[in-house]
Amino acid sequence: MTTKLMGQKVQRTEDQRFLRGQGRYVDDVHADPSTLHAAVLRSPHAHARIVDIDMSDVLDVEGVHLVWTHEDLGSLSPELAEPLPLLIPHPDLTQGRTQYALAREEVNYVGEAVAFVVAEDRYIAEDALDRIKVTWEVLPAVVGIEASRAAEHLVHEDVPDNVGARSEQNTGDVEAALARAPHRLQLELDIERSACTPLEGRGTVARWDADTNRLQVWTSTQTSTGVRAAIAVKLGLDLGQVDVITPDVGGGFGVKVMHPWPEELLVPAAARLLGRTVKFTEDRREHFISSAHERGQVQHIDVGFDDEGRIVGLDVMFWHDHGAYTPYGLIVPIITSTQLLGPYKPEVYRVVFESIYTNTVIVTPYRGAGRPQGCFAMERTMDKIAAYLGKDRTEVRAANFIQPDEFPFDQGLIFQDGRELEYDSGDYPASLEKLKKLIGWEEFPALREELAAQGRTVGIGLACYVEGTGVGPYEGAHVHIETSGKVKVATGLTTQGQGHATVFAQLVADELGVRFEDVEVVTGDTRRMPYAVGTFASRAAVMSGSAIHLAAKRAKEKALRIASDALEVDEADLEIVEGVVRVKGSPESRLDLGTIAVLSNPLRYAFDEASKAATQFAVGDPGKPPVAEDDEPGLEGKDFYSPQRATFASGMHAAIVETDPDTAEVTILKYAVVHDCGHLINPMIVEGQIHGGVAQGIGGALYERMAYDPSGQLLNASFMDFLMPYVTEIPDGIDIDHLETPSPLNPLGIKGAGEAGVIPVSAVVAAAIEDAEGFPITAMPISPSDLHTLRQEHTS
Amino acid sequence: MKPAPFAYHRPTTLAEALETLAGESYAKVLAGGQSLVPLLSMRIAAPQALVDINALPGLDTIEVSEAGVRVGALVRHADLLADPDVRRVQPLVPAALAHVAHPTIRNRGTTVGSIVHADAAAEMPVVLSLLGGSVEAASSTGTRTIPADELFLGPLESALRPDEIATSAFFPALPAGAGVAFEEISRRQGDYALAGVAVVVHGDSVRAGFVSVSDVPTVVDLTGVPDDGLGEAALAHLDPADDIHATADYRAQLVRTLVRRVVTKAREAAA
Repeated sequence: MTTKLMGQKVQRTEDQRFLRGQGRYVDDVHADPSTLHAAVLRSPHAHARIVDIDMSDVLDVEGVHLVWTHEDLGSLSPELAEPLPLLIPHPDLTQGRTQYALAREEVNYVGEAVAFVVAEDRYIAEDALDRIKVTWEVLPAVVGIEASRAAEHLVHEDVPDNVGARSEQNTGDVEAALARAPHRLQLELDIERSACTPLEGRGTVARWDADTNRLQVWTSTQTSTGVRAAIAVKLGLDLGQVDVITPDVGGGFGVKVMHPWPEELLVPAAARLLGRTVKFTEDRREHFISSAHERGQVQHIDVGFDDEGRIVGLDVMFWHDHGAYTPYGLIVPIITSTQLLGPYKPEVYRVVFESIYTNTVIVTPYRGAGRPQGCFAMERTMDKIAAYLGKDRTEVRAANFIQPDEFPFDQGLIFQDGRELEYDSGDYPASLEKLKKLIGWEEFPALREELAAQGRTVGIGLACYVEGTGVGPYEGAHVHIETSGKVKVATGLTTQGQGHATVFAQLVADELGVRFEDVEVVTGDTRRMPYAVGTFASRAAVMSGSAIHLAAKRAKEKALRIASDALEVDEADLEIVEGVVRVKGSPESRLDLGTIAVLSNPLRYAFDEASKAATQFAVGDPGKPPVAEDDEPGLEGKDFYSPQRATFASGMHAAIVETDPDTAEVTILKYAVVHDCGHLINPMIVEGQIHGGVAQGIGGALYERMAYDPSGQLLNASFMDFLMPYVTEIPDGIDIDHLETPSPLNPLGIKGAGEAGVIPVSAVVAAAIEDAEGFPITAMPISPSDLHTLRQEHTS
Repeated sequence: MKPAPFAYHRPTTLAEALETLAGESYAKVLAGGQSLVPLLSMRIAAPQALVDINALPGLDTIEVSEAGVRVGALVRHADLLADPDVRRVQPLVPAALAHVAHPTIRNRGTTVGSIVHADAAAEMPVVLSLLGGSVEAASSTGTRTIPADELFLGPLESALRPDEIATSAFFPALPAGAGVAFEEISRRQGDYALAGVAVVVHGDSVRAGFVSVSDVPTVVDLTGVPDDGLGEAALAHLDPADDIHATADYRAQLVRTLVRRVVTKAREAAA
């Protein structure tokens, strides 16, 4: 028997291509001189009315093919002139608003699309933008949570108090619980905005084929099927006329699951009208001001607890800054409000949030998707309880853990997918023990003393999280064994660098008994798999992995059935090894999968030696139809996976940090991660995801924020001033230990791993700085300058 | 982020370059392009013409003598940083260059270009000032030497005229018995400094140059100042400002910390 690849550190098949610069991204598609290029005029104001748009100077610019404002959209397609879709409606989102593909009368953030130009090249297109004259009536801008709550000015005239949604969930009478708690504390916390900032921004290429009356679109997305459906609706096309293909994607991290972006509709519309290939490639400044941000929240926590630190009542209110519009509904604040609980079981929990409007870029999920904020709230609370009781921070956490024998554990809330928040499995006490060993929790006091003698200041912190991964509704897969014996696998969700071509091939090789090298995986191409949801919420391995496993199983069943007929052996006596079906115990009696593929497809015509074997005078019982009534030709398997609810991964991080007494610089000396995503398909890839997540988390904790001024101008819309950390800012080593608590919800026992690394980092770093400095850290990110200011406040 | 249209000239002699420059009403000289090209791409600058000097002969040389280091206008930071003779004659030059951006930028960017860009947040203008160096400027009407203390007029403003090309910069040698040191603190490695300090110690003389805490590259004579008063003495001549990365108060704190550290290091180097 060949070794199972599940659980092996299989090298990524993608890397040869990526490392040699042979990746093929949207901007590489149709990179020829006949392609036209689009550029977008964006609002320079955070809040303004459009009085007039004068395009008289543009039309005579040589090389300009088309200029559109909102007025032009209705004649292209009535739906295109309507607001963009509100993708995920929710009953609590009573005041949902979305923007137009091109602003109609008003703009609500700097960067909102106002006019669209298509020209011979991007240079000319930008020259044309410079010549569009817009007369604005500037309105007062609402920037930041404080200004939004004060509601002195409104973002949308018809949305009172700037509140888009108010939502509440509770598991009992929290006021009674707080009243009976022996101890009570309050916290006020603040988390600033950041953003996904993938190195490849957004991009779309479209080509209208007049000969077949079809539209072909390449777009850098996390959901090709979503974009396809949106284009069909908005452009008035049948779904069957639209193909959406996602080539290599240079990072998504959430921002590319938001769709359709205005350009994803305008580029295809222009391609259709002009009969030419049209391309839009977003530049970096555009990405900062017209894609999505996340994270910004202000939180108020009221907690009641007993002498052991067990939480009796937890009452949380938070304000979520969702920016100017709500296309992605309430997903981010719902995740914060539910995943805040982490591995803990407070007796009673109530959470209320307001999702509020500001004149800033929209907020949609960014890796972690509301969890880093929830984790920050819960873990800062745990630390404050421990400090109040004078207890070890790990003891207070352990006192609140859900125990291993309590699964499945129903938290009594409704999760982001509209289903019960019911944890499937986990072992939090075991994780904590591993973490304490990995970071050296017990040894830390001695280390602190030793370094203090050298004039150095260090602190230690930890944080725990639970992450609902692998949410539905479904994914599907198609496994096709060719007559060459090679296996072609298609799944509809997209890939942004995760290594799907590797891990999915591992699963197929294991289930089918074929060589890993013979499996080729295609993702995100609606021509190959038109039914799919997308890559987000740490769901690809769970959803498509399970679907691929099931589809491979079906293909295998068919192969064994055909082989059993041909070899006249019972199916149970057959096995597949390295692409060959053979009789157990007598391996000379065999048929390779390629031959079985030939036999599976009864032919009239022969094209080569192999196919002769399947022609009408060679095979088949003349007394039966060539393809049986309940069968179909071809050696294929297709299946879908649609679980009742999400799987819940978990983990715990700890860090030792040093703070410079003079410069207030923060250095992470040691970073430790214990991670439980159930069975590991490829530990190397899981660890890569953790490394990347932790790095992104360090960005959010120590470097990245969106520096808006009061008028709504983003002051750091470049990689010079938005401080995404370089490799030089990330600790040399991140120590990782795994726990494998399998999920009972899917055939492979797996849980998602994509977002985990980022979730607890701000909470961990805040705790460690607090431990080093001796005063509370309540706002993140924290820069050396911020820490210096806090020191001044706490010494005076 | 594509530049507005401009005329592009690539002269092959200095005379031709100077003549071209004189004939354009608004032209910029392109050497390494590490500051200019982003400004063009963001359409913050939109000159009518670029005069690319990369094809001019003789501007890519580093001349080291006992008097000092002369750096041609096409010498890349990376080459200057790697030159062992430069390190021997004037060690402050490589000490500061190591903090100039990242290797890819140093491979392309020129030291002379950085100097005449006159950014008080850059390392090399203040190093030139501290060392009492100069820049050689050529125009179609002749050449002149601009001493560093006359070169920097204001934020991003140098004494170089629009019709002039800076052909070289001169960094005087370090006298025997003198010591230098350079340190800066930035948010990320290679970023512009939040504050930086360069120091030359020679006998009793202590002089320091400061990065990112004033409008123009600023040199302060700290001779005779006791160690615990160095920071305040320096700050009396500086004007640290708030920006999105740090408060003025934090920058002042960095000046206090760095100036003591760097003076100590320079003294150690002199000993």
